[in-house]
Amino acid sequence: MSELPGDLTYTNEHEWLRQEEDGTVTIGITDHAQSALGDLVYVELPEVGQDVDGGGEMAVVESVKAASDVYAPISGEVVAVNEALSDDPEKINADPYGDGWIVRLRPSGDDGETMSPDEYQTFLDELED
Amino acid sequence: MLHVRLNRPLFFVSEPKAWKLGKKTPLYDSHAVAGAKIVDFGGWDMPLHYGSQLEEHHAVRQQAGSFDVSHMTVVDVAGAGAASFLRTLLANDVARLKDEGKALYSCMLNHDGGVIDDLITYYLGPDRYRVIVNAATRDKDMAWMNEQAKAFDVVVSEREELAMIAVQGPEARERAAGVLDDEWRDKALALKPFYGLEAGDLFIARTGYTGEDGWEIILPADQAADFWARCVDAGIRPCGLGARDTLRLEAGMNLYGADMDETISPLEAGLGWTIAWEPGDRQFIGRGPLNEMRANKERRQFAGLVLEGKGVLRDHMRVVVEGKDDGEITSGGFSPTLQRSIAMARLPAGDYERAQVDVRGRLLDVRVVKMPFVRNGKAQIEIQKGEKR
Repeated sequence: MSELPGDLTYTNEHEWLRQEEDGTVTIGITDHAQSALGDLVYVELPEVGQDVDGGGEMAVVESVKAASDVYAPISGEVVAVNEALSDDPEKINADPYGDGWIVRLRPSGDDGETMSPDEYQTFLDELED
Repeated sequence: MLHVRLNRPLFFVSEPKAWKLGKKTPLYDSHAVAGAKIVDFGGWDMPLHYGSQLEEHHAVRQQAGSFDVSHMTVVDVAGAGAASFLRTLLANDVARLKDEGKALYSCMLNHDGGVIDDLITYYLGPDRYRVIVNAATRDKDMAWMNEQAKAFDVVVSEREELAMIAVQGPEARERAAGVLDDEWRDKALALKPFYGLEAGDLFIARTGYTGEDGWEIILPADQAADFWARCVDAGIRPCGLGARDTLRLEAGMNLYGADMDETISPLEAGLGWTIAWEPGDRQFIGRGPLNEMRANKERRQFAGLVLEGKGVLRDHMRVVVEGKDDGEITSGGFSPTLQRSIAMARLPAGDYERAQVDVRGRLLDVRVVKMPFVRNGKAQIEIQKGEKR
């Protein structure tokens, strides 16, 4: 199991969030999630400018195995989407915390519930049991 | 986000828990050491992939891959009544097997003409046949066969002590030939498609479930791990059930439980060609209902779908055909070879080339095509310009 990046926070839906300096938040799925899904073959992205609600469906990632919803961990406006995923969804497999980012939101409300890297690691360990 | 909508419940049930031990093939340790992701399949702990399902898929289309199919059920049928028994049990006719080693694909039907299982029968010699049935259907298959066998002078014996390895791909036979004993190598390489050979402890057949050339090799369980390791050394890449599924989908080969089951006749599953109607006086189980269905011109057809735009077709999605009843996708997924989504579907009768699929509330355009999609590494359908994943 690879080390979790320390500068991110995590959700129990296996998403990661990075607070950017301009106040926006970048979101992707964790290494655990990409590994569980297997090779990704299609990503359905939201529109830039669209408002998403915390807990609502924000994107869909499809692997050879199955389709999964990616829920917005926080409410906000979509300010950027990773267009490169349209042609290369496997970037999420190769680099889930980097080139495989999915959307960037400008938060519009309260922060959702997130976990520190240590807390997420504990959460993962409990899933294994 | 892991609200994973599982595509194929029978296939990808869950990751096995330590407290719930599945059955293990003689190659389980080989898979574990190789870092396979293990999933439960029909009660067996089987490798889903060894890192990348896509790479494994391409390895089989372009070079060679190996599959552990030891979970499948090997049944030997022997006795003076063996041929009569199988000619009653199966919708295809083993009387067509004139040459020793020849294989026959068939459905085993219930009295309503529904498919209990699909299987391959090899003619080993006078009064001796070998039948390979699926893993998840083992219990009901054995019960059904034993019940039907009572009326015949035949012994039906399951060969649980045997393992089974498939090597598939354009270079699979050549690479695997080096693993065989000298005594059998030339004979194995001389096998014609859909023939098998008893080679000492081994049974080698030029058959498979990928649409590529290759062999399926049945061997004693205690030789399996060594044989597997030597295949790996010979440049044959271990492949999991995930790649097996996308390969067979591209090849237009049915998956029992997804594309047909006990409520579906071979005629509505694209398997009409496996029914031997002649001689007309052969009373195989399910023949009566099949005769009636055959006369019904409105019966559903089975065809391939190609998604023209982006997205992935999945099992059970609704197919909308203008002016007709809805159809349903029975197996859908992403084709790594064609780089777009394809599916098998049961559709209303008629001659049409266009349809739409309800992909989570959106109707996406698909083309209706004749399968297979891919055979021997090459696309068998026309890929139109502008179509892109």
